[in-house]
Amino acid sequence: MALLEVRDLHVFYGNIEALKGISLDAEPGQIMAILGGNGAGKTTTLRTISGLLRPRSGTVTFAGRSIVGLEAHVIVGMGLSQVPEGRRIFNVLTVEENLNLGGYIIRSSRELVRTRKASVFKLFPRLAERRAQLAGTLSGGEQQMLAIGRALMSEPKVLMLDEPSLGLSPILSRSVLKTVREVANRGTAVLLVEQNARQALAIADRACVIETGSVVLQGDAATLAKDERVQKAYLGGFEAVASG
Amino acid sequence: MHAFLEYTVTGLTVGSFYALVALGYTIVYGIIRLINFAQGDLSMVGAFLGWTLLVSLGFEHLPIYLAVVAAFVIPMLGTAVINLGILQFAYKPLLRRSLLAILITALGMSLLLQNTVLLVYGPSINAYPPNLLPTTGFYLGPVHVTYVQTALVAVSLLLMGGLVLFVQGTTIGTAMRALAQDHDAARLMGINVDAIIRVAFVLGAMLAAASGVMLGIYYIQIQFTFGFLLGLRAFTAAVLGGIGNIPGAMAGGFLIGLLEAYTTGYVSGKWEDVIVFAVLIGVLVVKPTGLFGERVAERM
Repeated sequence: MALLEVRDLHVFYGNIEALKGISLDAEPGQIMAILGGNGAGKTTTLRTISGLLRPRSGTVTFAGRSIVGLEAHVIVGMGLSQVPEGRRIFNVLTVEENLNLGGYIIRSSRELVRTRKASVFKLFPRLAERRAQLAGTLSGGEQQMLAIGRALMSEPKVLMLDEPSLGLSPILSRSVLKTVREVANRGTAVLLVEQNARQALAIADRACVIETGSVVLQGDAATLAKDERVQKAYLGGFEAVASG
Repeated sequence: MHAFLEYTVTGLTVGSFYALVALGYTIVYGIIRLINFAQGDLSMVGAFLGWTLLVSLGFEHLPIYLAVVAAFVIPMLGTAVINLGILQFAYKPLLRRSLLAILITALGMSLLLQNTVLLVYGPSINAYPPNLLPTTGFYLGPVHVTYVQTALVAVSLLLMGGLVLFVQGTTIGTAMRALAQDHDAARLMGINVDAIIRVAFVLGAMLAAASGVMLGIYYIQIQFTFGFLLGLRAFTAAVLGGIGNIPGAMAGGFLIGLLEAYTTGYVSGKWEDVIVFAVLIGVLVVKPTGLFGERVAERM
């Protein structure tokens, strides 16, 4: 049994069915890339797993326990952390305060917060330099580092990232994704939603493609990268040029 | 010049009450964008709870420090419980609905508190013990300052300082500031948003209750209606400082207090409200974000 199992998830916005039976798994130490166009349901999938949205039916099982219907903050406490789309860092707080909030569930142990902050600073030395700066004044790349670092503060067993490379230069997005790979290598299960399919497939172990709320393809990242349909839809010539 | 300084002392004293109530408006607004119109009435309820302890239960005969501490702490806790009840039963079911519905509910809660106190305590004026604190004072240069004024402003500043330390220095306080920006992102940090909203309501009620007890000690006479006007003036103070902004609420409170004292001194007490609410209208027209605010107070 996988660490995180999503089965037959149906989610509605009003009368509109956004997810029409999504199923996927996440395993420790592996990256599962979730690909698909705009509005396919990638973000909805992550928000549902995180507890920000309630599915109409379907199950989400984490370490053998159903987490559907639990409050979002409880799910974080169990070890599932999300870096939301658009980073959503707290602009009005300093870099360090953002990280402190990332460690909100371990706030009773100042020592633990301090050591985790130190390891985030080791992963992203740029954040250490700017720890007292307001997060809103950081560059896009630094904000993304902060968003990831903030999510790592709770040392999640499952890390979900929603378009971490959005708005970053090709060089920066490669470096962010490299870091994601390092995090996975330490034993974290990663769900990676990416619009840059080429770079995502390069670092992922497995991948799935979502179209209009359903999983249409699922398999090894390497196999999917060679799949004709994936190449045509997500790894087209223009994309190859654009992402260098 | 002498008169000006006397008015200034009065203004700062009264302003510290407004500042405390304004802080309640601003903390709650910052987190759930609600103008909790019951804020002034919570102050009134606090004043009556303090009166009950001091007069009905005879706490005024206890040693002075004990009496004063009890007359502040117990009403602050009692009012906090009442505000939590209001949150739970009146606001919470509406939190994800329209802001208009919850705003009207807040006005309803204001009336509910007033009428409950009317039922329990009656319509007459109740009097705080006039000699609870020493009624004498001292001269600060040419200006006479009473010990009561000094003590009340000191307690206000202490409470404000405590609030600032809490909001700036603790993780819960940091979470409150984060909630002012983004509820969903806060949830993804593992923050129990409902619990933080409760913290805001507890803080708002405690500050309001403290100001109510101070008003009782300062003006001696209290009546179930005083919370309404107090609330409106404190609301003006919060808007003047920039609603959602904590230093703004404090500054706004003192400014409104001074404005009121100068108006009473130089013009007439009858013009107090005209001037204060002209300021409210002026701020909303000219600078709706207030003196310190960056956020647009768009939903009042």
